[in-house]
Amino acid sequence: MANEPQSSAGLYKQTLIAGLWRENPVLRLLLGMCPTLAVTTAVKPALTMGLSVIFVLLCSNIVVSLMRKLLKPHLRILMFTLTIATFVTIADLFLKAFAARMSETLGPYVPLIIVNCIIICRAETCASKNTLVVSTIDALGMGVGFTFTLCVLAGIREILSTGAVWEVKVLPPAFVPWAAMGMPVGAFITLGLLLGLVNAVSKKKI
Amino acid sequence: MDTLNILLMGFISIVIINNLVFTKFLGICPYLGVSGRIDMAFGMGLAVTFVVTLSGTLTWLIDHLILLGTPLEVTRYVCFILVIAGAVQLVEMYLRKFFPTLYESFGIFLPLITTNCAILGLCLFINLWGIDNLLEAVVLSFGAGIGFTMAICIMAGIRENLNLADVPKPLKGAPITLITAGLLALAFMGFAGMISPS
Repeated sequence: MANEPQSSAGLYKQTLIAGLWRENPVLRLLLGMCPTLAVTTAVKPALTMGLSVIFVLLCSNIVVSLMRKLLKPHLRILMFTLTIATFVTIADLFLKAFAARMSETLGPYVPLIIVNCIIICRAETCASKNTLVVSTIDALGMGVGFTFTLCVLAGIREILSTGAVWEVKVLPPAFVPWAAMGMPVGAFITLGLLLGLVNAVSKKKI
Repeated sequence: MDTLNILLMGFISIVIINNLVFTKFLGICPYLGVSGRIDMAFGMGLAVTFVVTLSGTLTWLIDHLILLGTPLEVTRYVCFILVIAGAVQLVEMYLRKFFPTLYESFGIFLPLITTNCAILGLCLFINLWGIDNLLEAVVLSFGAGIGFTMAICIMAGIRENLNLADVPKPLKGAPITLITAGLLALAFMGFAGMISPS
């Protein structure tokens, strides 16, 4: 909660919390599935991916919110995608320059942030209708919620497929790694079970 | 004969072995959204096939005729997404004019083809794999579309039957679809190694 804004208006706080749990982009809105499944073989790439998404989401929400009065309905989506593509190019070049190995691991999934539904969805439903401050907070909440989910999923898969977290061994050597968890199969099934778990937990609360 | 062989191998590999949905996780959103009924899934698949073939070819041309080797390379992603958005607009106008009922039933998912990861993903993969032959790029793009159509139709068929099954309550909807997709991915892994990597 380090990102809590100075002003303690209820709306801001609610917007921030919404992204973290109530409207968590992956677990509740089912958005941005492709990177969620593809980069969660280990925690490190997942975190890098999450941070890149936070950066792009923040920048695009700010820009879209600033130009929201100029948007024409039929060119809306195109404007969003172009804005996002610009920031993704920046993030991609940055990763290539300063984290070359990580950039290679993530491969085409960094440029694929352009078509990450979360970012378009937030531009459409939030940034194009709200003020700068609300859009910024929304981007932070959604971005952190996304990163958090990614890390949880990656943690589960990494520990089961290699017995390590953040490339540090945590399970005893007697543990037999489940190779399937590192493959597409593991991604689909883990996410499916995680969604089921979240559904079960939130039902109980109501 | 040799080129034909390479093209055929490329086609089979992108449809079955490197299927974008099951091995590269691309195009999951429409996969979860539309794959409820077979006829809709098939229509969606055809629309995606058309867009992906068109944009795969166009982006290859733009990449090789204009961008490669110049400082303009940094604008690659912006160019790619513009081409895709244009192609989707074309399909949308065509469907609205000639197949209004299909157009209505797609709703929001049609403009969302623009943000279908399978399409941009394929354009990027063609770039990444260093395909330097126009014909090969066209065949790969078309194959990717066919592979997507196949995946989404298989899924729709399973989901139509899943409606009658007794699924535990928290797993209803998206979770069970994902788990089914996982099992399908497992089945598709059996094809790996069918063609030895060249």
